[in-house]
Amino acid sequence: MQPFSKFTGLVIPLDRANVDTDAIIPKQYLKSIKRTGFGPNLFDDWRYLDPGEPGMDHGKRRINPDFVLNKPAYQGGEILLGRENFGCGSSREHAVWALTDYGIRAVIAPSFADIFYNNSFKNGLLPIALSEAEVDSLFTRANKGDGFSLEIDLEAQQVRSGDGDVYRFEIDPFRKYCLLEGLDDIALTLQHADDIRAYEARRQAEAPWLFATH
Amino acid sequence: MTGKTLYDKLWESHVVREEDDGTALLYIDRHLVHEVTSPQAFEGLRLAGRDVWKRSSVLAVPDHNVPTTHREAGITDPVAKIQIETLDENCRAFGLTEFTMDDIRQGIVHVIGPEQGATLPGMTVVCGDSHTSTHGAFGALAHGIGTSEVEHVLATQCLLQKKMKNMLVSVDGEAGPGVTAKDIVLAIIAEIGTAGGTGYAIEFGGDAIRALSMEGRMTVCNMAIEAGARAGMVAVDDVTIDYLRGRPWAPAGDLWERAVAQWRDLVSDADAVFDKVVRIDASAIELQVTWGTSPEMVLPVSASIPDPAAEADPVKADGIRRALDYMGLEAGQAITDIMVDKVFIGSCTNSRIEDLRAAASVVEGRKVADNIKLAMVVPGSGLVKKQAEDEGLDAIFRAAGFEWRDSGCSMCLAMNADRLEPGERCASTSNRNFEGRQGQGGRTHLVSPAMAAAAAIEGRFVDVRNVS
Repeated sequence: MQPFSKFTGLVIPLDRANVDTDAIIPKQYLKSIKRTGFGPNLFDDWRYLDPGEPGMDHGKRRINPDFVLNKPAYQGGEILLGRENFGCGSSREHAVWALTDYGIRAVIAPSFADIFYNNSFKNGLLPIALSEAEVDSLFTRANKGDGFSLEIDLEAQQVRSGDGDVYRFEIDPFRKYCLLEGLDDIALTLQHADDIRAYEARRQAEAPWLFATH
Repeated sequence: MTGKTLYDKLWESHVVREEDDGTALLYIDRHLVHEVTSPQAFEGLRLAGRDVWKRSSVLAVPDHNVPTTHREAGITDPVAKIQIETLDENCRAFGLTEFTMDDIRQGIVHVIGPEQGATLPGMTVVCGDSHTSTHGAFGALAHGIGTSEVEHVLATQCLLQKKMKNMLVSVDGEAGPGVTAKDIVLAIIAEIGTAGGTGYAIEFGGDAIRALSMEGRMTVCNMAIEAGARAGMVAVDDVTIDYLRGRPWAPAGDLWERAVAQWRDLVSDADAVFDKVVRIDASAIELQVTWGTSPEMVLPVSASIPDPAAEADPVKADGIRRALDYMGLEAGQAITDIMVDKVFIGSCTNSRIEDLRAAASVVEGRKVADNIKLAMVVPGSGLVKKQAEDEGLDAIFRAAGFEWRDSGCSMCLAMNADRLEPGERCASTSNRNFEGRQGQGGRTHLVSPAMAAAAAIEGRFVDVRNVS
């Protein structure tokens, strides 16, 4: 994973609550056995007017001009602004892969569903929870479509606007460390392999049926 | 010292080590694997040259993509075929137990785990599927994970986790006649909302939960995630233990006795403190039908569609307006006036033998209404299907005009050929009514198996207790 560095990005306002992972990446694209290539199908049902299937040439599909991702003002956006309970529903990590493949590096919302939140960190996507009032004010500014950008500074745990507003966000120290360093957490966990084996020995004595083979 | 909740006990017995900020390495006892969320995890293992830590913890099964008809002819969808073959190859290469598509034990991962006794009380259970919360019905800590975490568990047998908060949802008293586990859990979601459980592990308790069978408890825990909680659970009692006795993967003989003695402690202590307690009066729960595009958009069958103009919160009002537009419904319309095109009885929520019996008892001796284009029953596993056939349920469904299919996830998420066409309206026993969930432009109404069966017979939503 690439280390997460400070960046300034255009904000894309997606003004609806409870955006679910079925909406982020519809099920027909989950048949892929790869981690890449989901970007063209991000928000497929909202982004295109015709039904999509894997293998189609997405450049030839009819786009929905009213959907925010298709508006000229938001092209190249790297920060997605959402409402409460963003990423609810299915555990599909494909939702995060679709966002990052499209070019999104951070999602700002008042709240996130737990599994989506977890999955984001595993892929270098930063989910930032701000208060409803802060998110409201960001929507007001981003909705103008005049190139509203934000600077995301993970080290300082701050979101900053060009005109001097600063929004502080919380993040677990361990997750922050892993993102900043771009660490592979499997390698980190395997450093504790002895602890895992010691646990297993203890547990097997207590509850041997948990170690049965079938 | 205050007592411990069931979740506290399950958590503490699985912590391998803990960081200063509370991040723990949590040991995983059972890892269920399916074809959709695992291929990238196995690829990750290969790229890093890693092996599976504990092969015996894994049970794999293809379920999301499998066809529910003419299975003997193989899979016609070439992309789905590759995904299922990839699972087969990965299980062979890493030496993992898999119930392949032609095995009678194949079925929906959340049906077969309990059916085999692969899910046991006191276990931690994970799967790359959000409905893994189902297994919490056995007094287990069970939750969905993403593909990176699937790889992490395969490689290390552990998950990096922070402890969740404790919530008790107590459904007190006795539920009214005809009120099922599905109605109870939909009523809970109506009460706490789709984000109400975010950050919590929910224990479902109270007389009305205790009165449920294991099938019913699985239905309730299955939809904990629709209330935002990764994990739902029910304390162990005789119902739990009776269900598990003699299951193929359950312990036997002396080990069984030892296990049962430990499992008896898998209840919250009387003086345990929960971060949040929600009490629901079971006698006030009515038969439920969802009307919108989120499971919290649910009402009693006797109600009418809400009016966005009456909602003070502008984001919520906008959500209602958008949902009504997508669903093709009008504010004030009676739910019993909504006509149905298709009926789906199945999914990890409601495809177990008790669900099929409930639906069959409504359907018996009747015919599917003329306006119904398709009514289908998709048993949760090959073994559920066989048992239903032994009981003659398939004949009842077929005689009424239902299709009787092979097991799989099917039209719950429409990854295979079973799906809604744009604008079609479905009475579904599944768990999600999101836009496009059952097919692009499809309109899903979540109900219990008995209510789905009644909708098939009447061609519209009705109170199943009034079906004469």
